[in-house]
Parts: sequence; structure tokens; C-alpha cells
Amino acid sequence: MGNIKAVYLKEVRGYFNTPMAYIFLTIFALVNGYFFTNTFFLIGQSDLRSLFSTIPLVYLFFIPAVSMGLIARERNIGTIEIMNTLPLKTNEFVIGKFLAALTLILVALAVTSIHFFTLIQVGDNVDTGAVISGYIGLALVGALYTSIGTFASSVTENQVVSFIIGVFIVLTFWLLDKLLIFIPTSVAGLVQYLAVEYHLSNISRGVIDTRNLVYFFSIIGFFLYLTIHMLDLRKWKAG
Amino acid sequence: MENNRELFLVIHRTIPFSTIFIKMKKSFWIFYKSFNFAPVNSNEIVDHYMIKITNLTKNYGNVEAVKSINFNISDGEIVGFLGANGAGKTTTLKMITGFLAPTSGSVEVNGMDIGESQLEIQRQIGYLPETNPLYGEMSVHEYLEFIAQVRGIVKKDFTKALRRVVAKCGLKGVVHKSISSCSKGYRQRIGLAAAMIHDPDILILDEPVTGLDPNQIVEIRELIKDLGKEKLVLMSSHILQEIQATVDRILIIDKGVIIADGTSEELMNNFMGNVKLTLEVKNAEDDSIADISEKIPELTLLSSEKKGDLHRFNFEYAREFDPREAVFHYAVESGWVIFKMTPHTANLEEVFRTLTNSEGGNG
Repeated sequence: MGNIKAVYLKEVRGYFNTPMAYIFLTIFALVNGYFFTNTFFLIGQSDLRSLFSTIPLVYLFFIPAVSMGLIARERNIGTIEIMNTLPLKTNEFVIGKFLAALTLILVALAVTSIHFFTLIQVGDNVDTGAVISGYIGLALVGALYTSIGTFASSVTENQVVSFIIGVFIVLTFWLLDKLLIFIPTSVAGLVQYLAVEYHLSNISRGVIDTRNLVYFFSIIGFFLYLTIHMLDLRKWKAG
Repeated sequence: MENNRELFLVIHRTIPFSTIFIKMKKSFWIFYKSFNFAPVNSNEIVDHYMIKITNLTKNYGNVEAVKSINFNISDGEIVGFLGANGAGKTTTLKMITGFLAPTSGSVEVNGMDIGESQLEIQRQIGYLPETNPLYGEMSVHEYLEFIAQVRGIVKKDFTKALRRVVAKCGLKGVVHKSISSCSKGYRQRIGLAAAMIHDPDILILDEPVTGLDPNQIVEIRELIKDLGKEKLVLMSSHILQEIQATVDRILIIDKGVIIADGTSEELMNNFMGNVKLTLEVKNAEDDSIADISEKIPELTLLSSEKKGDLHRFNFEYAREFDPREAVFHYAVESGWVIFKMTPHTANLEEVFRTLTNSEGGNG
């Protein structure tokens, strides 16, 4: 636990000691703000639905970019050797890293809540419950994508390659839902269950079902497990 | 041997008065052994090697980087691991520190196997990797604090530990600077400080002085010697003078095989056969030249050349004899005037070159 905290703090400090975090936060806020306010006053509806449909799209590139350096950079500059020779378990290392990236995502998400306050000021009959469940859904999707990004970062020591792999896997999970019409009905149910959007839309509607939670936590666990495995595997290969 | 140990334990448990020996188990064991139930092997009683390497092998694909090496290191030794680049030094050190898993063979540190108790072993080791990787964006203080946290040093002990390593490694002026702004020499010291922040019993330093200027090298060398007084230090280098100046014991590794193990004197005695002697004289007659090998049988004439009225001879003699006195008397008898007489004592560099080259010739 102490080790996870140490890795987590080091990583968060690494984000905020460099311009990295601020650039990411600014871009995330600007892009989402632009797409949201563009239509917000035209449509004139008292909800954040357009924001909630923009953020998952921005996530597709934003999260792999945040997490691409998590492990790839350690391998690139060689500090992985320090990490692996400290009395530090691989899972503590990976979880600390994952939580640090997730923190940055959640901060970025929190910044967009400014639109919620705008909404309260200008709109009436605001459905606070829907907004809260929407945010919970987005946080879960963020965590899921971060776990994918962490995994992508452990595959290679090149951050650009890790970014591309991350975007690819994230995009696959995102597009599964859109591919349903091409898929035979026998497996359609399974594919739909794997699709992120299916679970996100459930949660956004205000229905937080255990099925959805199980989905998110098992996929996150799966990718973190793969990451730990990838790192342990490295020991056996050429250094 | 096992049976005897069991028998010892049975006696130990059944005889009630033996309980007074509980705190003196070891001496009782020696006492028991003195009855000659089993041949006494002093190694078994004092088998306390801090690092014990047995048949350690590492393959990278088809390349055998380390080929079934064996060596032991006791507490308090400063051992130098010497070899050309790519000889397998770093690979071996990486296996001891648990960064790489061995293909076969075992690494035991303080009686624990690296495969089973890796974390426990890593707690006792301080390691400076060859490339000395550091997080440039962190400050020296932040970095050392992070290492200390993972090492389980609590906050109030950290201040003390920090003060200790800052003093030892001479980091005073840079503690709050960011690592990326530090010079190469400071970075090396930061790496060292990080390796010893938890005051480990074992320090493994992979090429600790590369890239440092001569003054810094002397400082680091003194530091390592100082540390070696109470700790086990295993350092690697491809620079002979460095190893020679710092360590008690040298392990030479070449192409993944340990080819020599001993103090630098031992290595020179074992591996450098004869000493060469250069003699320059004036007024040497041909017959007296021919005579010298007969008069002083230890000397073998290798070559001679004549320049004006100066003769230059190259002799060779076995290390045990020193023929210089005899040569002087012979020169006086024959009316030679000695201009120069220089024995070429072999240095470690030659030992190293002979050892690694002969291996190279075979491969």
C-alpha cells in the first residue's frame, strides 16, 4: 500500500512538475468546451447530453496520450531497472502508475463540470441525477481506457508506438457497438456486452446496474493483469 | 551429512540439559562434530557467504552471455568484477539484483534464493546500474525521498538518512536542484546516494566511475573503500587501474566465463610467468656476452642489439629469483659499464590481456 502510494505520488508529481499535465488539461477543456457550447445555446435543452457524447470521443485520443509514457518512458530512459531492483512488486508499480494517470483524467473531467454550473445558471429543471450518473459513467470509461493505455505502454519502449497501440485498442472497444449490424446474431449479444458504449449509455441513463460495473471492473482488471504479466515476462527475455 | 544433522537434533531435543546449549547451538554442533561422527568440514560450519553464485547461466536467444559461472563472496569484501565490454559483467550483476532471471543456476544472497525471496534480497542490496538512469524532472531531494519511501524508510528516519548520504556522496549544493540540471559527476553521486540511502549490507555498483574526471574518480574510490570497511561491495569495471586501486579481490570474466579469481598479487604471480629485464651496457666484448648466460643460469637471453658502443640486451628470468645483483657483479668483472638496468614487473593489465587474448584465440 505504501509502495503504491509512493509510485502514485512520484507519477502525479511527474505530471504536474512538467508542462505535460497543464497542456493536457487545457486541451481537454478547450476541445470539450468548444463542442459543448457550440450547440448548447442553439438546442436550448437543459442537459449535458452533448457534452457527454463529446467526451468519450475526446477520450479516444486523450487517454492514450496521457498514459503512453507511463511504462514506455521508464523503459526508454532505463529507470525501469531502478524500479525492478527496488523491493517493489510489479503489481504495486502498475497500480500506482494506473491510478496516477486516472487522477489526471479525473481532474480533466472535473474541469468540465464548469458547464454543469453554467447549466444551473441558465437552465431550469436540471436533472442533477442524470448529470451525476453521466459523470460516473465517464469516470468508469476513463478508468477502462487508462487501463488499456497502461497496457499499451508496457508493450514497447517507444511512446509513439504505445500511443498508436493504445488508440487502436480503445477504438476497437468503442467501435464494437457500431459494428453490431454486421455481426451474426448468435454472437451479437456477446459483442454488445464487450462494447463500451452499451454500458456507458446504460449508466448515463441513470441505471447503474451491477452488470455494467462488473463489465468495467473486469476489463480494467484484465488489462492491468496483462500489464503486470508483460512486465514480469521482460525479466526472462534479453535485458 | 543430513542424517548426522538429524541425529544431532534428536540428541539435542531429548537430553534435557542440552537446553542450556540452545543459545550456543553452533558451538554444540562443533562439539558434537568433534566426536568424529562425520568428517568435519569447516566450510559447513562457517558457510556464511553473503553472495553465492552456483552454475549461473544466462542466454539471450542463442547467445550465451554468462556460461555457468560459480563464485562466492563473504561479508565485508570489496570485490572487483573485471572484464572487457560485453564479457557478461552487467548481465551477472543484473541477475544478482533480480532485474534479469537466470536461464539456469542459482543466486543466493544471505542464504536466500533470488527466485523465492526476491523482494527480501532486494531490500538488502543497494544497486547502481551501469547506465545510472535517473528521473530528470525530479529534484534530487524528491528522487531520494521516493527511493526511501519504497525502501520503507519512514519520514523522520529519512531526514537522517538524507543527511548521511548527502555528506558521504558530497551532494550538499545540489539537494534542491532538478536532476536534469546536474553534471555527470553529480548524477553519478546521486545514483550512489540512492543506492545507499537504506544503508544496505550489500552494494552492487556497475561501473561506478565511468565518465568521471580524475578528481571525482579519486573521491568515489575513497568512498567505495570506506564503504567496504563494513559492507560487501561488488563493483564492476573494464578499467584495470580502477579495480586494482579499489578492491581486495578481483574476478576476471571473459566471454561469460570466470577465468581468474584472487587478489591482484595472486593474479600476477599465477598468470605472469617470467619477468623481463632490459640491460644497457658499454664496452661489452663478444665472449663476455656469450658467457653471461652460463655464469648466471637464471637469465635467459632473449635478444641483443648494438648501437654504437652501446649494447642492449633483453633477458627473462623466473619471478622467484632476482638476478640483478649477480648481473651487477658480472658487469664489474667483465669491465662493462651499466647504463640502464630495468626489470619490467608485469602489471595487471598484461595479466588481463594475456588471459582474455588466449581465450579469444580459442574461440
